[in-house]
Amino acid sequence: MTLLDERAEHDVHPAEPAVDSDEQAPVRPRLLGRRDRIELAVAAAAGLTGSGAMCLVFDWSHPLTYAIWALIIFLLSTYLLARDSQSPVVASDRLVTTLVWTSGVATVLVLVWMIVFVVAKGLPGLSLEFLTTDMASVGPLDDGGGVLHAIVGTVQQMLIASAISIPIAILTAVYLHEVRGRMTGLVRFVIDAMSGLPSIIAGLFIYTIWVLQAGNQPSGMAAGLALAILMIPTVARTAEEMLKTIDDGLRESALALGAPQWRSVMQVVLPTARSGLITASILGVARAIGETAPVLLTAFGSSSTNWSPVNGPQSDLPLFVYQLLRQPNENQIQRAWTGALVLVVLVLVLFVLARIIGERGARARGGSR
Amino acid sequence: MTTFEPEPLFDAAPPPYTGPVPAVPTYASVATPDAPTVPAVSAVPATANTTSSRLDATDVTCWFGKRKVLERCSLAMEPGKVTALIGPSGCGKSTFLRALNRMHELVPSAAIAGEIALDGVDIYSEAMSPTEVRSRIGMVFQKPNPFPAMSIADNVLSGLSLSGMSHEDPDALVEQCLRRAGLWDEVADRLHEGGMSLSGGQQQRLCIARSLAVHPDVLLMDEPCSALDPISTRVIERTIRELCEDITIVIVTHNMQQAQRVSDNCAFFLVESLREPGRIVEQGPTDRIFTNPSDPRTYDYVTGQFG
Amino acid sequence: MTPETISRPDADDQQPRAIARTLTTGDKVFRSLCACAAMVSLFVIGGTAIFLGVKAVPALQEAGIQDFLTTSVWNPTVGDYGVLGLLIGTIIIATVALVVAVPLALGLALFINEYAPASVRRTLTSSVDLLAAMPSIIFGMWGLYALQDHLVGIATWLNAHLSALPFFRLTEPDALLVKSSFITGCVVALMIVPIITSVSRDVMAQCPRTQCEAALALGGSRWGMIREVLLPFGKGGITGAVLLGFGRALGETIAITLVIAFVVEANPNILESGGGSIASLIAIKFPEAQEIEISALIAAGLALFAMTLLVNLAARAIVRRTQIAA
Repeated sequence: MTLLDERAEHDVHPAEPAVDSDEQAPVRPRLLGRRDRIELAVAAAAGLTGSGAMCLVFDWSHPLTYAIWALIIFLLSTYLLARDSQSPVVASDRLVTTLVWTSGVATVLVLVWMIVFVVAKGLPGLSLEFLTTDMASVGPLDDGGGVLHAIVGTVQQMLIASAISIPIAILTAVYLHEVRGRMTGLVRFVIDAMSGLPSIIAGLFIYTIWVLQAGNQPSGMAAGLALAILMIPTVARTAEEMLKTIDDGLRESALALGAPQWRSVMQVVLPTARSGLITASILGVARAIGETAPVLLTAFGSSSTNWSPVNGPQSDLPLFVYQLLRQPNENQIQRAWTGALVLVVLVLVLFVLARIIGERGARARGGSR
Repeated sequence: MTTFEPEPLFDAAPPPYTGPVPAVPTYASVATPDAPTVPAVSAVPATANTTSSRLDATDVTCWFGKRKVLERCSLAMEPGKVTALIGPSGCGKSTFLRALNRMHELVPSAAIAGEIALDGVDIYSEAMSPTEVRSRIGMVFQKPNPFPAMSIADNVLSGLSLSGMSHEDPDALVEQCLRRAGLWDEVADRLHEGGMSLSGGQQQRLCIARSLAVHPDVLLMDEPCSALDPISTRVIERTIRELCEDITIVIVTHNMQQAQRVSDNCAFFLVESLREPGRIVEQGPTDRIFTNPSDPRTYDYVTGQFG
Repeated sequence: MTPETISRPDADDQQPRAIARTLTTGDKVFRSLCACAAMVSLFVIGGTAIFLGVKAVPALQEAGIQDFLTTSVWNPTVGDYGVLGLLIGTIIIATVALVVAVPLALGLALFINEYAPASVRRTLTSSVDLLAAMPSIIFGMWGLYALQDHLVGIATWLNAHLSALPFFRLTEPDALLVKSSFITGCVVALMIVPIITSVSRDVMAQCPRTQCEAALALGGSRWGMIREVLLPFGKGGITGAVLLGFGRALGETIAITLVIAFVVEANPNILESGGGSIASLIAIKFPEAQEIEISALIAAGLALFAMTLLVNLAARAIVRRTQIAA
């Protein structure tokens, strides 16, 4: 009989746990005790009334002034009350907690307000007609018209930009992390410099080279090139982070099986990092899709649908919004808002897609990283 | 001590080889454009000793930058036998193991002196490229790492495509390797599931099967059971004993009882003091090392006085 | 009889051998390919500097480099170009943005990491990351139509209560407060908050929990733990994030163009209407510009490029120094 069998024989089955007639319920300690809550309430009351008093005395009428002073008095009172009843350490901790909660919630609310505002303003103009017609035959004062030319432009320009930038960026990330050649430090510096490049400068650069120097027309192709410049550092950086998460043991196993480095990278490392690389690419696209300035300088925009990316000016979504916004006309402004809504939805969809793919990949790699 | 500059990886042109030119081993045909086929599975009888090889290390010294981590280690690893490298942690056992299949030089600051001969051919000479060395001398690592992007069957076959080889009957090869690794019965019905769905012990056996698929002459194992539970450890030790009939195995282990169970020969590595390099203190048949060691330091180690 | 060790250190030291390290063809091709891809980035940055420099020469010759950098004028018909005011304006707007954004961003990062209930943490993190990807034109539109009125109220408050500070004063008592550098700066601030928050939060989340718990175990409050462990740990990354945000603010085009009332002279009274940045100069003048003016715009772009590059270099140097010291 092996050791295992012997052990199974002598297994002791633990006795059933005795069930109490009065069961214990788990108790979680509370963050704010009774005294704390009373103090907070007192401070809030002090803030509201104190500020009101000041507004009456100094004759301030703006609600924002009232709110700001109320906040200041509230914070002061919290600190002083806690300092009095407990200790300065607790008091400063309470003050910071209140500050952080206030700023955190306020910032979140403000940013949420922005999204809600854009949706609310843009929704009235949204219709199937809006998504399928362009502005070629529609004047500023007319109704109708839509964003089709902008959507076509966005899709074409992003395809061009992705086709150029994603392979270059991924190979750059491979160079930085796997190949580690002599220029690694220089390349990393340049990628950092590129990621800080203002988008309008990228547009200016492509305009200078492609249009001025080489004499091409402004086109969707030029815009695609400018957007590619913006995408490369984002995708390369994120891709390198993804490659870093790949366990070195995998590379070593591949090499130990007799693989040259390129096979180890192409057949093991890149497929393993596939979902991370896709996420990096989608995030790059999401970032570039909303850039107005480079497209302004390279594709110039137009009101009719230009199906050719190499021939003549083309519009895209952010440029569409920007150019309409400059016109002081109700209809145009409404169209701009609806176009902005389409853009926001597009970015949201890309982002959610990147998240889903990223998470599914992390799960497939064996647990979260 | 004279200073030296370690060569940058992959960049320096190698100096002209002036030594005697050994007979080119038939395996060198891997470097030719035609991908050679590994002999069909049925042609290799299970009990033949024709594919195991002898590995001889002579005066092997290893550096990382200026720090010498191993000094003049000489060891004969006999064909068809299991050689265990034992000793306390930090003595350079893993470094020595990694020097045996040219993984040591992957670290940019690494340098090596001495000779390591596979069936008489120095693996660091121009006669053999690193990829060729590694397909003849395989390695199983401490942490099981099957390739996550591949299924179980693809994992087993990955060594072939990674080293540029092909095989006439992949399915039979998968079955043979999984059987030899002791994993066939457990995964026969789910060969197309991902490699990460297995338990730790099963993953390690999958890694062993993967290494076997390229038909290495020598298999190096770097503490293969240290991350596993006792039951998986036993299964793998049984696998090692079965494999050693036609593959030379070198195993690094911390576990003295495992060395006694599994190995035929033993080499005891030791570091005398903090800044000293590791050295082989004693080597020989396992039962002699453990029952009647010649060196007092070996005696102290195997009786558990330290380490 | 003392047993001899197998390996005997000899008097003559061994030399490391030269290992044959020839690459396979496949590896050579692969490494060259990757190097070429990496070169593209080099070409872009170098090319930008070179091409912009070359094309800027005509305008600089006409206006004179000294005048270009030291005056504030934009007159294409006469050939007078001077971007000093706009350089200052760029920095003013970016500074306002930074002053407003950094406390909010750090507060939000701390809130998400340490104070928010665990159930909302993931949602908040994802939302902040999403907002970091939002197009800047959305921020500009919302700033113009929704935020401006409220910010005018805050500007009034600032002028009423804090006019001890010179830049909160007005040149005349009923000066317009809309479309000012302050309001523009606030809009840009909200744009860079998600970026700074995202990076700072990421950095602070990597602080080993054991260190944080050690601080609490010594009797520290949560703020004490943050002050003594978390912030020092994240110092380098947070500085990098802040400088990243500053760089974004310097180069921001569309939001500024939409909100500000564009003038070429700098206005140190930030609450007042009027201001501008180099990027908005280019965006506004480009569609109608002809030859020499385009060259002048390129020269202005070159100045902006140099400025952002310097900020980037400073960021890297600071981050590297804090990382080494950490």
